[in-house]
Amino acid sequence: MKEQPRQQTAVADRPPRKKIDKDKLLLAVAAPVLAIVAALAITSVIFLTTGDDPFRAFSIMVDYGSKSDSQVVIINKAIPYFLSALAVAIGFRMNLFNIGVDGQYRIAAFFAAVVGGALALPGFLQIAVVMIVAMLVGAVWSGIAGLLKTTRGVSEVISTIMLNSIAAAIIGYFLHEGRLAVRDGNLIHTEPIPEAAHFFSIPTQEDPVNGFIVVAVVVGFLYWYLLGRTRFGFDLRTVGRSEEAARASGVGVKRMVVTSMVLSGVVAGLVGMPTLLGESYNYGTDFPTGIGFTGIAIALLGRNNAVGMALGALLWGFLERTGGRLEFEGYAQEIVGVMQGVIVLCVVIAYELVRRYGLKAQQRKVGEQLAAEARTDKAEVSA
Amino acid sequence: MANHDIDITVRRGTVHALVGENGAGKSTLMKILYGMQKPDEGSIAVDGDRVSFGSPADAIGRGIGMVHQHFMLADNLTVAENVVLGAEKLYGISGRARAKIMELSEAYGLNVRPDLLVEDLGVADRQRVEILKVLYRGARTLILDEPTAVLVPQEVDALFDNLRELKAEGLTVIFISHKLGEVLSVADDITVIRRGTTVASVHPSEVTPKQLAELMVGSELPSPETRESTVTDTVMLDVDGLHLSATDSDGVVRAVLDGVSFGIRKGEVLGIAGVEGNGQAELVEAVMGMRDPDGGRITLDGDDISRASTRKRREDGIGYIPEDRHRHGLLLEAPLWENRILGHVTEEPNSRGGRLDLKAARSDTARIVRDYDVRTPGIEVTAASLSGGNQQKLIVGREMSHHPKLLIAAHPTRGVDVGAQAQIWDQIREARREGLAVLLISADLDELIGLSDTLRVMYRGRLVADADPATITPEELGSAMTGAASGHLEHEDGRDTAQDSDQPGEQRDGGDTR
Repeated sequence: MKEQPRQQTAVADRPPRKKIDKDKLLLAVAAPVLAIVAALAITSVIFLTTGDDPFRAFSIMVDYGSKSDSQVVIINKAIPYFLSALAVAIGFRMNLFNIGVDGQYRIAAFFAAVVGGALALPGFLQIAVVMIVAMLVGAVWSGIAGLLKTTRGVSEVISTIMLNSIAAAIIGYFLHEGRLAVRDGNLIHTEPIPEAAHFFSIPTQEDPVNGFIVVAVVVGFLYWYLLGRTRFGFDLRTVGRSEEAARASGVGVKRMVVTSMVLSGVVAGLVGMPTLLGESYNYGTDFPTGIGFTGIAIALLGRNNAVGMALGALLWGFLERTGGRLEFEGYAQEIVGVMQGVIVLCVVIAYELVRRYGLKAQQRKVGEQLAAEARTDKAEVSA
Repeated sequence: MANHDIDITVRRGTVHALVGENGAGKSTLMKILYGMQKPDEGSIAVDGDRVSFGSPADAIGRGIGMVHQHFMLADNLTVAENVVLGAEKLYGISGRARAKIMELSEAYGLNVRPDLLVEDLGVADRQRVEILKVLYRGARTLILDEPTAVLVPQEVDALFDNLRELKAEGLTVIFISHKLGEVLSVADDITVIRRGTTVASVHPSEVTPKQLAELMVGSELPSPETRESTVTDTVMLDVDGLHLSATDSDGVVRAVLDGVSFGIRKGEVLGIAGVEGNGQAELVEAVMGMRDPDGGRITLDGDDISRASTRKRREDGIGYIPEDRHRHGLLLEAPLWENRILGHVTEEPNSRGGRLDLKAARSDTARIVRDYDVRTPGIEVTAASLSGGNQQKLIVGREMSHHPKLLIAAHPTRGVDVGAQAQIWDQIREARREGLAVLLISADLDELIGLSDTLRVMYRGRLVADADPATITPEELGSAMTGAASGHLEHEDGRDTAQDSDQPGEQRDGGDTR
C-alpha cells in the first residue's frame, strides 16, 4: 500500500517497471535453456560422429539416473561438489580465482583425519573438533595465498596452484606407515575415526543419504545471506565489481582479499568432511581428489548463485553416475567428460551472450525513453 | 535525438567556429561529418558533391580529418611512429614518411620533433601531433573538437597561431568550442547550436560576447555565479602541511603534494585551479584517505582525521563527487539501488547493524531519483545505462543524502549535459547555503570562478597563489596555472596578470596566507 504513491511519482509517464522485471526474468531463464539445448545438440553431434545413437544414450542416462538408488548416489556425490563450488564462488564474487580449493580440502581433510583418529572424545564434540581442524587448516592454506597477494603481489592463481602441489607433497610425506598412517592390506591410511564420531546419515529405502547434506544446506544459506544481505557481503561484492570504486567507497581492499581467501579456505576445509565423517572415516591413498576443480566448473555453471550451484552439483552427480552406466551399455566412458566440458562451455558462453544482450537492451530502452521525453520537451519549446 | 534541422555552410580557407553549450549537440554533428555516426535525414556536400560517409575512412578520403577532444596516441611510440601508425601505405614507414612529416611540420609551423616519445610530451605538443596526424592523411578540412579544453590560455594562443597558419595555406578548420572569447578571436564565421539545432550564423565582427552567449543558451543564462556570501568563521576542514611523494613512470620519487595547507570554513566553497596533473587528484585522494600522505595533518570539524580510514572519513561527513565517476563513483553493472548504497554501506538507511536494509535502500533510491531528477525508467536498471549527467545527478543525490559536513567535488560537471550542469551547480550552491564546506576542483575556469568564495592555484604539488573570484579573470587565473605567478593575484586593468609575491618564504609554504 505504502509503495504505490512512490512508484507513481518515481516512474510517472514512463512504462511501468513491471515490464523490465518480466524481461529480466525471461533473460534469466533464457541463458540456462540456451545452454542446455546447445550442449545437447553438440553432444548429439559427437555421438553421431562416433557412430552411436545419441537418443538411446540420453534415454539410458535418464532412465538409469532416475532410479531411486541412483538418486541417493547422485545426492551424496553432489554434497562435496556443492561445498567445493561455494568455496570457489566466494573467491569469484570478489574477482579472485581460488584454484587451490583442491589442495585446501585435501590437506584439511588429512589433518582433520589425523586429529580425529588420535582423539576419543564424546561423539558430538569430536565431530566438532574434526570439522574445526579442517576449517582451520583450509583457512591457513588459502590464507597463505591471500597474504602473498596483498604483501608481495603474487597472483592468487599462481600461488594456489603451487600450494596444491605443496599440499599433495606434504600429504604424501606423512601418509606413510610409521609417520601418520597405518597399513591396511594394500591401502595406507590414517588411524580410523572412532565410530562414536561418525556423522549421522538419513536412511532411505535404498542406501542412506549422507547427513552432511544438512551442513551443506546451512553453508549454502549462510553464503547467500552473508553475500547478499550483509554489509560485509556488499563490501566483498563491491571489490569484485570494481576495486577502485571499493577503495573510494572505503573498503579496505587488501584486508578484504585476505578475509575472502580465508573464508574460501574455511568452506574448502569442509569439502572433504562428508567423505571423511560419513564414508571413509580415514584419509587414505584412495581419498577422492580433484573435487576442487569440479567446484570451479560447478561455480561457473551455477553463476555463483547458491541455488544454481546446488543444481549444478546435482547435474554433475547425475552425469557421473549415469556415465558409468553408459560404459556398461557399450559407449565410451570418456563421453561423460566431454559432456561435462561442453556443458560448462555452453553455460559460460550463453550467460555472457545473454548478459551482453540484456545490458544493450537496457541501454537502448533507457535511451529510447529519454529520447521520447526530449522530443516532447522540444515540441514544448518550439510551441 | 541529439540533432535536428542542422544547416551549416563552411567556406574554404576559413576557421569556422561551432559554438554551443555542453550537450547542445556539437560533438554529435561533428561525428556525423566525420562518418562516425549516420544521419537519419539530410545531406552533406563537400566541394559541391553530395557525399555520404559510412566510416571515418570515407571522411578522410574526402579530405576531412578530426582531432578528438581526447587524444588517441600511443604513449610508448615516438611522434613519427604515431603519425605513421595506420597510414603506412601513404608514404611508407621510414625516410619518405619522415620527410613528409618534417615538410608538414614546417609548412604549418607545428614545430614537431619526430623522435621524441609521446609520453614525454606535454598536452599542447600532443595536440600538435594529433593535428599533424590528420594532415599527414591528406586532410584539407580539419575538425577540432574542443581543442582548448585541455590547454592553458598561453597554449591556446599558440594553437590559434597554428590555426591561422593552416588557414593561410588554404585549409579549412571547423572549430568546436563553448568558450566565446576564443571563438571571437579566431573564427571567421560562427554557427551557434542550441538544443541540437542551428539557431544562428553570425560574423565575429557583428556580435558581442554577450549576444553570442544569449544565442547559445536562449533566454535563460545558466551561470555558476554565486555572489551573496555564506562564509562563516568556523573552520570545517583544515589541511596543514600535507606532503605526499609518489614514484612516477620513470621510477623517480618526487613530491606530488608539497606543503599543502588550507582551511575551508562552513559555508565556503574553496576552488582549486590548476592544469591537470599538478596534484589536485592526489590532494583529493589524500583528504579522502585513499592515499597515505608522508606528512601533514587533516582536521575535520575539530577532529584529527589524518589517520582515519576512508570509511571512517565518509561516516564522519565527507561527501565525495569523484573526478572519474566510472572508476570511483559507480558500480556500472550494478543496479541503481546498489549504487545508492556504495560508499555509505554502514550508514542509514542502507544498513542496520551489520545487515543491509534492502527495502529502505531501494525506497531511498527512488526518492533520490525523484528529488534529484535522475532520468531513468526505474531503480533496477544498471548505472551503465544512464547518461553521464544522470549518473552524476545520482552521485550528487547520494552524497548529499548523508548530510555531509564537507563536500569534495572534483570536476562535478565534466561530461554532463547543460541541464544537469545547472542542476549540479544549484546543488553545490544549496550545499553552501546549508553551511557545508565545499572543496571544488575544476578545469572549467568559469565554473571555478563562478562558484568559489576563495580560489587557490595549484602548481607542481604546491598551492602557489590565491585569488579573489570576484575580480579575477579566467586569463589571469590561467596564467597563474602555468606557474607564471605566485602569491596573491590582483586583477589590474591594463597591466599584466599578477604580482609576484614579495615574500619568497610564503611561496615555499604553498602560498598560504593564513
